[in-house]
Amino acid sequence: MKRRTQLAGLLALPMFWLVGIYIFSLIMLLATAFWTTDPFTSKVKPGFTLRNFEQLIVNPAYLSTAVRTLLIALAVTALCMLISVPLGIFMAKIAKPWLRGLLAVAITLPLWAGYLVKILAMRVTFTDEGFFNWALGPFGITGPSFSVTTVILTLTYLWLPYMAIPVYTAIRQLPANLFDASADLGAGAWRTIRTIVLPLIKPAIIAGSIFTFSLSLGDYIAAKFVGGSTQMIGSIIASNINLNPPVAAAFAVVPIAFVVVYLLSVQRTGALERM
Amino acid sequence: MKSRFFTGAAVVAVAALALTGCTASADESDSAGGALKIDVPDLPTHEKIGDFEDSLDIVAWSGFVEPAWSDDFTKETGCTVNRRVAGTSDEMVQLMRTGDYDLVTASGDASLRLIAGGDVAPLNLDLVPNFGDDIVEGMKGQIYDTINGKSYGVPIGRGANILQYNSEVVTEEPTSWSVAWEPDSPYAGQIIAYDAPIYIADAAVYLMAHEPDLGIKNPYALDKEQLAAAIDLLKQQNKIVSEYWADPAAQITSFAGGNTVVGTSWEILRKLTEDEKFKSVLPEEGSTGWSDAWMLSAESDSPNCAYAWMDYTSAPEVNGQIAMGFGMAPANAAFCDLNDEAKAHCDYFNATDEEYFKKVWFWTTPIEQCIDGRTDVQCTNFQEWTDAWLTVKG
Repeated sequence: MKRRTQLAGLLALPMFWLVGIYIFSLIMLLATAFWTTDPFTSKVKPGFTLRNFEQLIVNPAYLSTAVRTLLIALAVTALCMLISVPLGIFMAKIAKPWLRGLLAVAITLPLWAGYLVKILAMRVTFTDEGFFNWALGPFGITGPSFSVTTVILTLTYLWLPYMAIPVYTAIRQLPANLFDASADLGAGAWRTIRTIVLPLIKPAIIAGSIFTFSLSLGDYIAAKFVGGSTQMIGSIIASNINLNPPVAAAFAVVPIAFVVVYLLSVQRTGALERM
Repeated sequence: MKSRFFTGAAVVAVAALALTGCTASADESDSAGGALKIDVPDLPTHEKIGDFEDSLDIVAWSGFVEPAWSDDFTKETGCTVNRRVAGTSDEMVQLMRTGDYDLVTASGDASLRLIAGGDVAPLNLDLVPNFGDDIVEGMKGQIYDTINGKSYGVPIGRGANILQYNSEVVTEEPTSWSVAWEPDSPYAGQIIAYDAPIYIADAAVYLMAHEPDLGIKNPYALDKEQLAAAIDLLKQQNKIVSEYWADPAAQITSFAGGNTVVGTSWEILRKLTEDEKFKSVLPEEGSTGWSDAWMLSAESDSPNCAYAWMDYTSAPEVNGQIAMGFGMAPANAAFCDLNDEAKAHCDYFNATDEEYFKKVWFWTTPIEQCIDGRTDVQCTNFQEWTDAWLTVKG
């Protein structure tokens, strides 16, 4: 009996958080997706209609925005991986301790600054007369200005630590003798990475990708400040949230669906169990 | 979006916004009691000023309620002023619906919704003596605050959405909005547009001048066909814009950073660039604009403090302080005669220049009833505008 009380005490707060606040508010949000809005006063009226979901498919702008957002999130995730793996290997296995410390600080440094500050910093960097064009202009390279490319670069900049840190930690935990054994058996550097390192750090990459993917799906401030005319799912939700909350709620289901599909496909690889 | 209305200044000339009796023109079938009747809840009006309550809760645009003038008000009346700054009209409407606030600085696209939703009460202007003869002509009895002959708002100030340009690149002053709309614009790719559904009205204003066959008489009264034409124009513009702005800081940096050389702006934003190379013009087609007014919550628990506040802030000095703080034309013209600084401010923002504001269509909530007086068609409402707006960027 005492054991049960202890267990209840242990779980009380997390369960209250998970069910009472997290799940309850999500369900309330999703329920709104079936409600209707008065067209003139934009007051929400409880009811049941599938019209809001129909809008997602019928309205070509909504569909293309959903696809665009998905591609942006995938591109950001891929870019974060491409940067994190070589960086992690260098930091964990090659860099001297002082350099490793310096790089660790450099990677986490962006986390210390405010989210808006970072986006505005990217905005300043990519303006026509900004740092990017000033630095690369002499080589005949002009920046992407404000476009989808800039959104991808900005989101990569924002979320890189969430990928780089787990990947670095995972590589650091790989025993040195694995590398030695691989070298003894005649494998080159690239083969060692491909056959030893990557399979072993896959859970870390997947953990990181869940962050970079889902955070990118939900973002719209970056699109607003560095996207030029780029529109993401969040932009449409934000435009509707006050005026037509049911449509916003219906659209909020789209990123949830993307993430669920992503998690399911990841689970099939068995990586979640080893995380 | 900061929503703003088309104000009545234009009414005199345009005679299209005949929602109020006093502005109905000969074109309208009914010129007596207001050509347009809108169904709104019948709410009681405050009869007389009683004892002041303890506090006053205001939803306001940034810069409208500042300690510089609210402290004196508290000293005079004992009403503590609590301010809640809102960023968009939609947010204001939501906040007012909580019933927790007494007053709101409503702009054009918010006010009709608030009135129709029964969220704000009609006003007894006798209790606001400072709302008098000095209120500029163009802000009296306009559609956004006067419905069916009842007044719902006390005007604060107004401004136009102007065409701003970088005179180092755009060497000749543009006389038309065409530089911002046409695909063969020499500045394609360097044009900035406003990021809100109400911007559809800007396209409509352009079409009024350039596509008369569409028959647009009021940019806020668009039937389905006219809305589609405006959206087509916006899609055409989407290919040549550098970006859309909703955040003033983003607009300023877009011009200053060189991404944008021409596009829609407010006088105050041009001033904030602090760079003489940026100039502004009100093009020949006219433009959209905004006008703000104090509105009283139907559920206010401090109506006496609220009336005292509306009166206090309508005094020339205080109204002028708000207008100078925010950067707009004050509603009370008496402010302009106070001193040289006030005069300069009024001149810069064309405060008493009704000729200027005649060309400005102040933001108004689009509703199904056509506010240009047409009865044979149904116009598109703001929800339809929002849905349509989201297709522009695709």
